Amino acid sequence: MKLTSSPIDRSRRNLLKGSLAVGGMFAFQSMMPAWASPRGLAHAPATKTGATLTGEDIALSIANSSFLIGNRTGHAVTVNGSLPAPLIRLREGQNVRLAVTNHLDEDTSIHWHGLLLPFQMDGVPGVSFPGIKPHETFVYEFPIIQSGTYWYHSHSGLQEAMGHYGPIVVDPAGADPVQYDREHIIVLSDWSFMHPHEIMRTLKQSPDYFNRQQQTLAGLLTGEGQDVEERLRWAGMRMMPSDIADVTGATYTYLINGHGPNENWTGLFEPGERVRLRIINASAMSIFNVRIPGLPMTVVNADGENVQPVDTDEFQIGVAETYDVVVTPREDRAYSFVAESIDRSGLGRATLAPRLGMEAPVPALRERPTLTMRDMGMGGMAGMSDGEDHSGMDHGSMDHGDMSMRDPDNAPGIDVNPGVDMIAPNPADRTGDRGLGLENVPHRVLTYTQLRSLDPNPDPRRPSRELVIHLTGNMERYMWSLDGRRFAEIVEPIRFARDERVRVKLVNNTMMTHPIHLHGHFFEIVNGQDGHQPRKHTVNVLPGGYVKFDFTADAPGDWAFHCHLLMHMHAGMFNVVKVRPMDGEPT
Amino acid sequence: MRTALIIAALALPFPVAAQQMDHSAHGMDTPATQQQDEDPHAGHDMPSEEADPHAGHDMGDMSDDAQTSPDPHADHDMSDMQERGTTEPDPHAGHNMGDMQESDPADPHAGHDMGGMDAMALPQSGPPPEAFSGPEHAADGIFSGPEMAASREQLRREQGGAINSLISIDRLELQSGEGADAYVWEANAWVGGDLNKLWIKTEGEGEFEGSLDDAEVQALWSRAIGPWFDFQTGVRYDYRPNDPDTAHLAVGVLGLAPYLFEVDVAGFLSDEGDFTARAEAEYDQRITQQLILQPRVELNMSGQDIPELGIGDGFTSLDAGLRLRYEFVPEFAPYIGVEYQTDLGNTRDITRAAGEDPDRTVFVAGIKFWF
Repeated sequence: MKLTSSPIDRSRRNLLKGSLAVGGMFAFQSMMPAWASPRGLAHAPATKTGATLTGEDIALSIANSSFLIGNRTGHAVTVNGSLPAPLIRLREGQNVRLAVTNHLDEDTSIHWHGLLLPFQMDGVPGVSFPGIKPHETFVYEFPIIQSGTYWYHSHSGLQEAMGHYGPIVVDPAGADPVQYDREHIIVLSDWSFMHPHEIMRTLKQSPDYFNRQQQTLAGLLTGEGQDVEERLRWAGMRMMPSDIADVTGATYTYLINGHGPNENWTGLFEPGERVRLRIINASAMSIFNVRIPGLPMTVVNADGENVQPVDTDEFQIGVAETYDVVVTPREDRAYSFVAESIDRSGLGRATLAPRLGMEAPVPALRERPTLTMRDMGMGGMAGMSDGEDHSGMDHGSMDHGDMSMRDPDNAPGIDVNPGVDMIAPNPADRTGDRGLGLENVPHRVLTYTQLRSLDPNPDPRRPSRELVIHLTGNMERYMWSLDGRRFAEIVEPIRFARDERVRVKLVNNTMMTHPIHLHGHFFEIVNGQDGHQPRKHTVNVLPGGYVKFDFTADAPGDWAFHCHLLMHMHAGMFNVVKVRPMDGEPT
Repeated sequence: MRTALIIAALALPFPVAAQQMDHSAHGMDTPATQQQDEDPHAGHDMPSEEADPHAGHDMGDMSDDAQTSPDPHADHDMSDMQERGTTEPDPHAGHNMGDMQESDPADPHAGHDMGGMDAMALPQSGPPPEAFSGPEHAADGIFSGPEMAASREQLRREQGGAINSLISIDRLELQSGEGADAYVWEANAWVGGDLNKLWIKTEGEGEFEGSLDDAEVQALWSRAIGPWFDFQTGVRYDYRPNDPDTAHLAVGVLGLAPYLFEVDVAGFLSDEGDFTARAEAEYDQRITQQLILQPRVELNMSGQDIPELGIGDGFTSLDAGLRLRYEFVPEFAPYIGVEYQTDLGNTRDITRAAGEDPDRTVFVAGIKFWF
């Protein structure tokens, strides 16, 4: 065998042997970045592997690639030829210069999701900078002033849905409060052979096109989903209780570190080791339920910020959120790592195992959740109990039909136009709710109220004002907006005074979960953990509910603010946040 | 009497549409400058839209005042305040109370009520004056102004400004009953943005052994007037081999009625001065994920006798069909079905007088596809 003559180390040779045993699986994995190798990474950052990029000068090259999944090859947009993109591993306190060269025939960009940096380095064309023209290089340069798990992705067009995303890990300048022996980086994503523009066009033509789990007559007869009375009530309001995800497993293959479920990306451990999993949801459109059957997880970090450890068995991760968990597998056996899409139409699957080639049972997809009155913004009504039973509902109040579901008085000041099909009549604080569909699973599920930041919140001031932002949309027209306005309509920006402390209330007037992302800042979710509210860059707002966050507008400049479901952003659920005055300006 | 009958008939499917149009009073407007007209508190004096960059986020008039003056209550009409509750300037007060009630029994984090209390005390005022200082576009101070302007425009267009299109062959079918087999088509196509579209409809029928009976094409401006309904107006052109062609003005509504009925109702005024109207409704009953039963009803009426078309005034015809289709993929589905076609009222008499049967039952087979 020719390969043996090349200088490869023993562990690599062992890996190759292992790959033969599992039918060439490793041949595929070898095209993956080294940080995604089954061995995982040593505690210290790797320094020389090509696909882990470190140091002060980093070169990134954006180009078209082909991407093989299953037996099919699709068109991808990649960074340095890998999907996901190379791991960028930095250390708190360093400076970094990232030279990004665009080899595409269209503009591109990179947004450093979660990194605190000067606004002109944030990478959003039309907000922070003009974008990177074809065959030009843009050099981003900024100091690294934080640590944690982050990621980066294109903010141009829909390139993010085509593979233009990768992980960032910033190691702390001092000791890491999280104790672990080994780590794996786990990038969750969704891959379609449909071009994302085609997906968008299809959604505009037929918004339920990808929903192949609708309520049916057959289901009614076998007792699935809603009963007749409930179905009639929902139909009367023109609302779809089976509408959980816009783009589903009907077109998506769910990837873990670039591997489909059958390719079974495997992360190794020695029994008894504390393994830190840095989980990043880099999907375009997929919210996941993450669990490792048989292995409890301890959540130690959310969106790059350390939290006080919380033990759990499952959590829902919105697009662009990150969670670090520590697991301690003690047995000499394999465990399945499962990322099930929120609508249960498919899953991403990987394996944690002591040796390559091992597998554990993969749990079957669970039943598609059915939306409830609570998701319709009836959550605030007395007598409702987590949407399990609506028999206590005052049906009389529903006689108003869609009128009460679209009353402009329930959202004063917003434009209730044809792009708005619902105004939540009585939205509830849902930060204590489990994610959609996890209400009744028989194990622990993480909620936002369980997150308590490790460090005290840096700004103890009470907010001086509250700003209400309504998340709005029309599922039938596939329109998405903020306060009833699509960004294309020339909306007024959201303005903050520099260092102003504001409470923002995000009210979800739709029946979908929206991961809302504010660039350039961390905000603290108002979840009752006073003084230790979890600091995040992205927050899931559950259907018909609200989330409040406090934040200090300490980063002057212009920043994007949007739903991180890519098609929602692309449909107009986007605005610009402006923080003034700029440096050196008189107030 | 005839007209009254037609109006009454039209009114049957129209309450839905009328309701939509009510909503649309808030929605007809894209330009932001019209927003004041729709403000439920439009009674009062508000500063110009330009002065209010936060109309979308804040509580309307409250924040307007806050922006024009550092004192959020300066020159504010106190009667408006009372409308919201004088002691509690939070326009959401009522809802927050609801939240508080809600969290009592089952909510595991009742502690948040205190957060809610805090929020109630926070003013929902606009941003402080310094938030309006400095350059409007921060990046203009660093990058080329024209390049930034171009990228801003591209960003704006891409976030909600896309033009899309659809071509949908809803029915391409063979009808077989007594007499010669016939073919029928019905298709819709549109191109446009979220709220305004150019909408083309065409339908027609003919006999396989004979000639085309009639064909019509409509070209319509389709404007969203509510979340589920479009107002449509334009022209309709009818082609009949044995009669002169006819042009019409067309006005109608198309959309999704409560209980998920697809509804298309339109009136037509011909260049001969004849008024006719047509109402169609269909419903997709999903039996399995791919097998769908579709009841479909079409009712036609006329405001006068039109001898050359063989119709009399009043209701002219009713088609009631049941089609069972199988969606191999959502965009391609063959179907079979049955349709009952009957002439009504005076038209029925005219049909009989011509020696034809006013009632027909046909079996249909066809395909539906779109792209």
